[in-house]
Amino acid sequence: MSKPIVATTSLAGCFGCHMSVLDIDDRILELIELVEFNKSPINDIKKFTKKCDIGLIEGGCANSENVHVLKDFREHCKILISLGECAIMGGLPAMRNGIPVRECLEEAYLNGLTVAGNTGKIIPNDPELPMLLDKVYPCHEVVKIDYFLPGCPPRADLIWDALVALITGDEMKLPYEVIKFD
Amino acid sequence: MNKVVKIDIDGLECIANSDQYIIEAARENGIYIPTLCNYPGVKPKGGCRICTVRVNGKQMTACTTPVSDGMRIENNTEELINLRKSIVELLLVEGNHFCPSCEKSGNCELQALAYRFGIMAPRFPYLFPVRKVDASHPKIIKDQNRCILCKRCIRAITDEKGRSVFAYRRRSSRVEVVVDSKLGKQLTDELAQKAMDVCPVGSILVKEKGFITPIGERKYDKNPIGSDIENITITKR
Ligand code: SF4
Ligand code: SF4
Repeated sequence: MSKPIVATTSLAGCFGCHMSVLDIDDRILELIELVEFNKSPINDIKKFTKKCDIGLIEGGCANSENVHVLKDFREHCKILISLGECAIMGGLPAMRNGIPVRECLEEAYLNGLTVAGNTGKIIPNDPELPMLLDKVYPCHEVVKIDYFLPGCPPRADLIWDALVALITGDEMKLPYEVIKFD
Repeated sequence: MNKVVKIDIDGLECIANSDQYIIEAARENGIYIPTLCNYPGVKPKGGCRICTVRVNGKQMTACTTPVSDGMRIENNTEELINLRKSIVELLLVEGNHFCPSCEKSGNCELQALAYRFGIMAPRFPYLFPVRKVDASHPKIIKDQNRCILCKRCIRAITDEKGRSVFAYRRRSSRVEVVVDSKLGKQLTDELAQKAMDVCPVGSILVKEKGFITPIGERKYDKNPIGSDIENITITKR
């Protein structure tokens, strides 16, 4: 039997969830025996080369590029997992949700205390750049998500148990200590 | 007149006093009925509805219903657990609960109930309401993003004349709980701390006291909310 194929991505996230994937320590050796990786920042494969079984999504949708990547993942993966608070509810990036986009951009490029050298007072708007969305959206409000693994980041044990359960078809053990929202 | 009565909770015979509410009687019998707005020693309100049980088949709030002899109470049924879970989920999407950056995380009762019910993500869409943080008070911060309007602070934090230091402002969907501008001025350090402790969520914070307990040692890091009640040795039953 061929190995299940896993893809991962970080949308509007900080890569902390990916760090937590690596935090499974030496079990990573077991993991590469169990699965094959496709598109992922871990192996730097940038485009899907085949259909995948499991897609791990870190981060919510803050711009048009995030939405595009998320839809691409939905198309290529049988099972999608929202990994971490940002994917589940927008997380810290969503703290801008109560502030108008223009105000956010002005703070970042014009008025912020650490802004330096923007003498032309330019807010970048090149068509090549992804458009910021009005709000940061949880992934499951953009595409269908099959499973959720909370945490900021999700504990390595939770990620490991979830992956093993999915691959082996066994029921997942969920000890109290591993489900955390922080 | 206060007399001893027998009640039945999920098939378990319990002894209670006739002047007790169901939630208190259950607690003394080592049975946890989840709640957010109820607080021991504070007048019950029946606001959050999380303690809803079935009393002789009818849904009632356990925090406001006094026990009576022969009562049959259903508590841990699938139906009631699912109902309680929905309320927790609704509260999570109704406000702005960014647990990773919240001072109360790990000590928060709303979060702890979500853990207890195994909520991985709420089933409802997030509202992301626009709410304010009021840090103008010298001792406390009032974060409206996290207030669940349980009124615990209004009921529990009073001055020596019994006047509430916290109060409702506005009505309906715009209602918020604020510090009374006059009475708030006399808030002592002790009362400020009590207010933070009484608040089930991170809506009342004592300044410079956030993140004081390290992760791993906070109230609900290792043990689910209610486990203290479930683990007491029952002498009464
Ligand atoms: S109040 Fe509780 S649920 Fe809300 S953000 Fe803070 S820890 Fe999370
Ligand atoms: S501030 Fe806290 S205690 Fe007061 S009503 Fe809001 S959630 Fe309840």
